[in-house]
Amino acid sequence: MVRSATEVEITPPEPMSGQVSGAGMLVRKATSPGQLILSALLPGAGHIVRGEWVGGMVLAICWSILLGVAFLTVDRITAVFTAPRIPADGVLALVTLGGLLIGVWAWAMYDLIVRSKRPVKRFGDSQWAIASRQFRKNRLAMAGLAVMLVLYVVTLLTPLIAPFDPTAQGNIVLTRYQEPSLQHLMGTDKFGRDVFSRVLYGARISLTIGFIAVAIGVLVGAAVGAIAGYFGKWTDTVLMRFTDMMLSFPRLILLIVVIALFEPSIWLVVVVLGLTGWMSVARIVRGEVLSLREREFVQAAKVLGMSDARIILRHVLPNVLAPVIVYSTLTIGNTILVEASLSFLGLGVQPPTPSWGNMISDGRDALLTAWWISTFPGLVIVFTVTAFNLLGDGLRDALDPRLRT
Amino acid sequence: MISYLLRRLLGSIPLLLGILTLIFFIINIAPGDPTARYFNPNVSPEVIEQMRRNLGLDQPLHIQYFRWLTAFAQGDFGHSFGQMRPISEILPTVLWNTIQLMLVSIVLIFALGMLIGIIQAVRQYSIVDNVLTFLALFFYSMPSFWLALMLILIFSLKASQWGWGLQFPASQMTSVGYEFMSGGQQFTDRLMHMIMPAIALGVGSAAGVARYMRGSMLEVVHQDYIRTARAKGLSERKVIFKHALRNALIPIVTLVGLYLPYLLSGSVLVETIFAWPGMGRLIVDSIFQRDYPLVMATSFIAAALVVLGNLLADVLYAVVDPRIRAE
Repeated sequence: MVRSATEVEITPPEPMSGQVSGAGMLVRKATSPGQLILSALLPGAGHIVRGEWVGGMVLAICWSILLGVAFLTVDRITAVFTAPRIPADGVLALVTLGGLLIGVWAWAMYDLIVRSKRPVKRFGDSQWAIASRQFRKNRLAMAGLAVMLVLYVVTLLTPLIAPFDPTAQGNIVLTRYQEPSLQHLMGTDKFGRDVFSRVLYGARISLTIGFIAVAIGVLVGAAVGAIAGYFGKWTDTVLMRFTDMMLSFPRLILLIVVIALFEPSIWLVVVVLGLTGWMSVARIVRGEVLSLREREFVQAAKVLGMSDARIILRHVLPNVLAPVIVYSTLTIGNTILVEASLSFLGLGVQPPTPSWGNMISDGRDALLTAWWISTFPGLVIVFTVTAFNLLGDGLRDALDPRLRT
Repeated sequence: MISYLLRRLLGSIPLLLGILTLIFFIINIAPGDPTARYFNPNVSPEVIEQMRRNLGLDQPLHIQYFRWLTAFAQGDFGHSFGQMRPISEILPTVLWNTIQLMLVSIVLIFALGMLIGIIQAVRQYSIVDNVLTFLALFFYSMPSFWLALMLILIFSLKASQWGWGLQFPASQMTSVGYEFMSGGQQFTDRLMHMIMPAIALGVGSAAGVARYMRGSMLEVVHQDYIRTARAKGLSERKVIFKHALRNALIPIVTLVGLYLPYLLSGSVLVETIFAWPGMGRLIVDSIFQRDYPLVMATSFIAAALVVLGNLLADVLYAVVDPRIRAE
């Protein structure tokens, strides 16, 4: 590269001296060996002794709950090893449990040994560091995040913690339509199946479908939006007309038409949900790309002779990540709702596989005599979707500089 | 204004054409064809073949497509296999039933949503604001079909079990003896049947409107002319409802178009639960009966309603905001 002769002398900005105000970095005390030993025995105890209450309590509670789960389900854990055919979900649950236990312990030690010695930050933060600080200040959003994490952990641990087999029918005459009690937390349904266990297993289906469908939708939408916005002209016109067209279909109607014409199955539902959920992402990405395309760094990349694919993937798309992340979190909740609606109509997950939607539909037969069958899965849906929406709102507030106050 | 309207109308024609094309190809890609419902050992293959020829299914796809398109353009939606009568005969009553329900629901959505949004904006960051924000989020996250079931459970089934004075009917549009009632009774009867479906359909969207209204109102309240109005000594009520509300309403108007697809999707579920004889239930029924012409007609009408709703929202937007017209 040849520099121009009239090089303007640019003075580099003064490095900010001292502590950046509002960065929230406090000098932490050095760790004593006693605290380390305490932490090795009970993660978090070391932090509490040091006076770092919040972190310590969270670590200690997580550790105790995980250990409690491990001890209470010893029978099932040994059953996984002695089973004639190794059950895949049992192994997955064990790996999760073990991984989380090691993770909590290792984090407590790492935080005490390495992180407490880190020097105080002297310079400004990156965009993501500012956003994460903003996010942590938002209590509702943190609650949403916690609920989401707990939900996914519970989902993975379901085979260990579900009290009953979700499809075991038991004695139909004696155990059907039992009211919620200590033995059956959410009662039993018309086949005598435990509603609580079915809700736990249903969480697996619903959360997985929500996650994968949104991932498909975001990938397709980002591709369409980036191509339309970057190349412009007729490519843009054609793609955006198509997007408008897809947006004019009431989504549920499009979904039931497509799914009913083929055979309903979980995979069809996931794919079709993904392929009907990309339009908003495409619009968001296109809007951002349109303005990014004119910016100097993209122009510079073009002048340097980079290929279009490289410019889009390496230079343009990373800059639209923030709104896309916000949108996808907000839309996971909505996708879970749509999946539940489909299963409710009998077009989503097929019985006997439990999903929240088809459980609510099951309860319709005996709404008055056994209100609990429909009520609890619905409450769980509301709870989950609220958590995702809180998380999404918090992310939006944190990631959008215009909303920061 | 008129040229703007015309431009918008012309712009939606290719959109409708695209929607028609999409519907046609989705239905044609799917395995099986309309004669599948007649397959059975008593029907000889020749008869099926004759049937296919009568329906024009032996023609190449593009010919079928253009014949279907011209028929549609002339308002001929074909015959329903399930109900054995022309679709143009079925549609009007069914469509009107759905539109009734949706209109009541839209009134509910905007009245409730705007009221809550205004209260929140006026009392920003107060306890009332926080509680309402959380409640709105709660209802926004609620599946409409579950809300419908809970409404039925409490206000219809349990209400009669516990002997409440007031209980709402859980299904249909009218009671059994509807024809023998007087005018006033008929009206209340219809209203009673409509309340629960309209609530189940609208509450989620009302929560959405409340969130938009809060944001839009807060943006306006911090502008200079509001400070001027306050400085003039106007009462707070006048400042909010006369000066602030007018400008805060501009972005809300576009929500009519935005929520229409949601309402139509919701009506599929709510109408199925409340046995409401409308479009949503017709779509579900026709899908399960493999009544292809009816599926194509109803899904087109649904999409066309959305296009129309968006057009209406744009026009309303142009009416309330002169800046749009000038472009």
